[in-house]
Order: sequence, then C-alpha cells, then structure tokens
Amino acid sequence: MRKDLNIDVHHLTRVEGHGNIVVNMKNGVLEKAELDIVEAPRFFEAMLKGRNFMEVAIITSRICGICSLGHQIASLKATENALGLEVSEQTKILRRILTDGATFQSNTLHALFLAAPDFLSVGSVFPLVNTHKDVVLAALRLKRLANDIGDLISGRAIHPIRCVPGGFTKLPGAGDLRTLQEKLKTEGMNDLRFIVDVIASLADKIPSFTRETEYISLTSPEEYAFYDGVICSSDGGTYPVEDYLKVTNEFVVSHSSSKHARFNRSSYMVGALARYNNNHRQLHPFGREVEQKLGLTAPCYNPYMNTVAQLVEVAHCIENSIQLMDRLLTNGIKFEKPNQTPSRYGQGIAATEVPRGILFHDYTYNRQGNIVAANCIIPTGQNLENIDDDMKKLVPEIIEESKEEITHKLEMLVRAYDPCISCSVHMLDVEFIEE
Amino acid sequence: MSKPRVAFFDFTSCEGCQLNKLNLENDLLSLLELVDIVEFREAMDDKAENYDVAFIEGSISTPSCVKRIYDIRRRAGVLVSLGSCAVLGGVNAMKNLHPADWVQEAVYGDDKYLFPSIPVQPVSAYVKVDYEIRGCPMSTPEFLHVLKSIVLGRKPEIFDHAVCVECKLHENECVLDKGMFCLGPVSRAGCEAICPENGQYCTGCRGLISNANVGGAIHMLKRHGFSEQEAKKKLQMYSSLNKLINEAECRHA
Repeated sequence: MRKDLNIDVHHLTRVEGHGNIVVNMKNGVLEKAELDIVEAPRFFEAMLKGRNFMEVAIITSRICGICSLGHQIASLKATENALGLEVSEQTKILRRILTDGATFQSNTLHALFLAAPDFLSVGSVFPLVNTHKDVVLAALRLKRLANDIGDLISGRAIHPIRCVPGGFTKLPGAGDLRTLQEKLKTEGMNDLRFIVDVIASLADKIPSFTRETEYISLTSPEEYAFYDGVICSSDGGTYPVEDYLKVTNEFVVSHSSSKHARFNRSSYMVGALARYNNNHRQLHPFGREVEQKLGLTAPCYNPYMNTVAQLVEVAHCIENSIQLMDRLLTNGIKFEKPNQTPSRYGQGIAATEVPRGILFHDYTYNRQGNIVAANCIIPTGQNLENIDDDMKKLVPEIIEESKEEITHKLEMLVRAYDPCISCSVHMLDVEFIEE
Repeated sequence: MSKPRVAFFDFTSCEGCQLNKLNLENDLLSLLELVDIVEFREAMDDKAENYDVAFIEGSISTPSCVKRIYDIRRRAGVLVSLGSCAVLGGVNAMKNLHPADWVQEAVYGDDKYLFPSIPVQPVSAYVKVDYEIRGCPMSTPEFLHVLKSIVLGRKPEIFDHAVCVECKLHENECVLDKGMFCLGPVSRAGCEAICPENGQYCTGCRGLISNANVGGAIHMLKRHGFSEQEAKKKLQMYSSLNKLINEAECRHA
C-alpha cells in the first residue's frame, strides 16, 4: 500500500481565478489535502466606502465577470431594502429573466467548456473543435443565446448597464423579446437536447464518490428559488435572509486568501447540487426531462454531479424564462421611472442564488445615501471548507491509483464546484468608521 | 508562415475581459484558424515557454504578481494590456485611496501578514506595454481589431477622442441635459457610448482622454448642479491613479 504521496497542482486550470491543490501524505497519514486560494485580495468593501447608492451596484458588479449580473441583483436588492425603495412587478419579472439567463450562461460555460473536456480526456475545449465539431457548435450557440438574454434586457451580458436601484433605465422592445423567446423555444431547447444526449453517453466518466454534507440554498414556496426566498438547510429548518451571519460563520485559514464558512457541520455545500437537493420538486418539465436523461436523482451526495445538476438547471431556466417572457408580453412592457427616492436609511440585507450558490450582500447607508458599512459573502468562499473535507475523504479511497489519476480526480473535484476564485477573494467584513 | 502563438494571462481582476473573449462565440472558430492559443489558464490546461503575443488582464497588486509579470514580459514578443484593470489600475486602484494597513487589518485582523498586498498599479508601471485595449469590460470588436492588426503587422488604431463624440454619432440625447451626471466629455471613447445608449451615464471606464481638461470638466459639472467632491469621486472610480484628477483645479467659481 502507498505510504507517501505529494501532489501540488500550481494554478489549477479551467477554473475562474487562482488556486493550488496541495496533498501531502507521509507514512500512511494524510497530513494535508486542501485547496489553497492564492488569488490576490481585492478589498471591494473598502472601495465601497463613502460611495453613493447609485454607484454601488456598478462597483460590486466588478467583483466578478462571470457572476456580474448576480452581484448586481443582490447589490440592488440590498440597497433597496436599506433605503426603502419599492420596485414594480415588471422590474421583478425582468430581473428574474436576467437571473435565469445568467445561470443558463454560466452553467453552460462551466459544464460544456470547462468541465466537459475532462469527460473526453482532453485539456481544453479547443481540440474538440476538430473531433466533436457539431457538439462544440451547439454549445457555442447555446452560450450565445444565453448572452442574448443579458444583452437584450440589461444592455450587456458582462457588467450589465440598465439595472439600477428602483428599476431599469431602458426596456427591451416587445418584438425583440418575442424573437428571443421563439429562439429559446426552438434553437435553445433543440441544442440542449442534442448536447444532453452526448453527455448522457459519457456518464461513466463521472467518478462515483459520495460524501453526504449539509446543503444550503434559498428556497421559496412559489418557485425553484433563484431571485428571492429564505435560507434553507438540508439539515432542517429555514432562516430569514437577515440571519445570514448565523448560517455562514466565516473564519480565516492560513492557506486561503478567501475566508471559509460552516454551519451545523464542519462544512456545507452551496450551488447547483445544493439547490437541486433542496428544491428539486419545483423543477419545470424540461428540467425533469434532462434530470431523467442524465440519471440525476435527489438527494444526490456526489459532488462531481454538481456539473450534471447545472445542466438540469439550464433546462429549467430556459423554460422559466420562456414563461416569464409570456407574462411580460401579455401585460405589455411599459416604461416606468426607476424609484430612486429613499424613504429611510440604515441597514439592508439581501440574498440571491447565483450560479455557484447563495450570495449575500449587506450594506449600511447613512442619511446622505452613502455607504458606511458593507459585507458580501460569496458562494465559492462558503464551498471551500467542503472541498477540503471532500478531498480528505477522497484521497484515502483512491490512494492505490496512480498519482496522475489521483491528481486528475482531485482537479475534476475542484472543477465540479465551478469555483469562482476572483469572487471569493473580493474581501469580506469591513466595518467602516464614519468620519 | 506559422501561426502566431498567443497567450492570455490574468492578474488581479474579475476575469470578465477573458470571459468576453469566450463570448466571441460566432468568431471563435475563425479566430482559431488565425492564431494558435498556447496558454489560457481559465479555459485550457496547456502551458507554453514563449509567446508571440501575450494579452494581460488585471492589475498588479501582490509581490507574486510582480514576479509573474516580469517573467511573462521576458517570454513575450508583443505585450498587450487588456481592460481597465490592466491599463489603468481600474476599480482595484480605489484601494490605494485608503491607508493600506487599515484595509488589510479590517479584513483579516491579526492574520493580515498571511496575505501580502501592495498598492495597485497598472501593468505599464512594471513592464513595457506595446498596446492597450481599454474598457470595463473590454469590447470584443476592439479586441479583434487589435489582434488582427498585430497578425497583419500593422499598428492598431487607438482611440483618443471623448465619449461625447461617439454619443453624438449615435444621436443620443445628452445625458447631462437629461439632468444626470456624466463623464463623457473627458472620458476616452471606443465603447460606442454603450452606457448612454442604455440610459446610463458614462462612468469613464476607459480612463481620460490624453489632453483632458479636468478642471474645465469639473466646472461644467458644477454648472449642472454637481459638487466638485462628487465629480472627483466619480472620476476616481476607474482613474484614481491619474494625476490630472488629483491635481485638477476648478478655476471658475
């Protein structure tokens, strides 16, 4: 039996941001199995100090290029809660469509461009252009379509422009919305079905590892929660979003410039698989169809299946956005001046499900509408301790395999979480002392 | 002739500019016919020894960033900064406006020494930069223009006129006339005035034009009812390292 093992993957590829995998076994004792986060800290909460409520979402969007929409939505909701800005039903529907589009885009990017090469034993999507051209083209069309949702409704898929406190600066035309909806119904659903069939044939490439953990996500009686809801733990109980600090319990570890989190156990998981485990009964029929084709059943304790859960969500989000567009088109799209007149000031807390899991923004504003305190808690940070716990269980189970195989399985494990490391080191918990 | 070897690197940033490249969807395959992508950590496993063209995203903010950028410069033929963080320091540089110790301590407490951070600088503060592509995020047409020019051995056309010029060409109603704040008069164009086009004000994400009259801009903003303090603060969102802003004086009462 193997007694010693040293793995050091420097700057893991095909993930967002910079992380190293470090595993160290000596005389049969696993001394270390962890994901080191070496991304440069960014100090976003410090940048927000003194900023006016109209600028805050523009800045927080820049925490992450992949989840810029999610950061904007969580940010706007927190600001609106703090300042007592009510938003219209139309604004909520538009934001829900954007959230669907962003999840569709990000999950597609991760599952098909970053994770899929592992199933086909290649180092990136580029060699697949020659060997699997029709699949790559379908995946590119899907990603384009997802970005079209962001482009049409928010003006730009990365760092959206039209979403502001209280509403939207500009609205999509009914004709354009109808065209996009039609494209989702035909091209979008067809391309996804085609890709899902290909992925289903590769299902045996997904490692069969399981570790039950605590799954945390938003939940809502009305829908498979993304835009809004209350905090739900698979260990039982729901908690108001305002109590997020009791759930996240962040702590500093020396091997990560991003803080870790824990709740009822030593670690918990957020993201597509956590949402699926907590809310799978609320999937739309198209989500159900993909769930069955890919053999996903709830509850699922295999973290590698997070990628599969992402594809199920893509199907759900496509169908959900089609339905929401119907509601908009039936009601008629009317321009409404964004409500930007604060009726109070103080603290506002909000949560949104972004592709990688539950995201919290918490701001305190002064009487002038400027930020005095800010805190953002990011999904990837919440997953880090869970990833370390997975590695500690996985390594002894596969210790007899070759070092290359072990390394590959660890890389796939971290990738399955779709970590967004830039996000996770945006920097946390800054209390400002008002001048 | 062999295809140019192109590499992408990311430093302190949101990686949104890189993501924008993957959003080239329709042109991505034709791009791959034109160049060989030899290193792109966010999307592929391969690593390369040297590159004809290196694109750099993000600003320099840790001691290890400094070592890496020197190393990349040595291996690269042409080096291009990509996006506001790389070209200007971008939003990251707002950190420099606060005392470093306070920022570090507020976040990590006693553990602050575990995560060293230095004042944020653009790539050009450390190495020679051949071309710059601005924007937050960068625009994909401009990226394609620069890449094609380099492949053809031409000098890419760099914009140095104000956003107002492009905004007028798009026949938008003046943002200031609508009663909103705007940095269009002194901010660099190339974005097709995408923010005013979408009902927002220009935040100056591409930095200032090279001959910006910042004092004049502040005076103009005051006439529209905005304070000098607000004008400077908003100019600092992307350009906090630009001396013109810090030294600007509004000569008119």
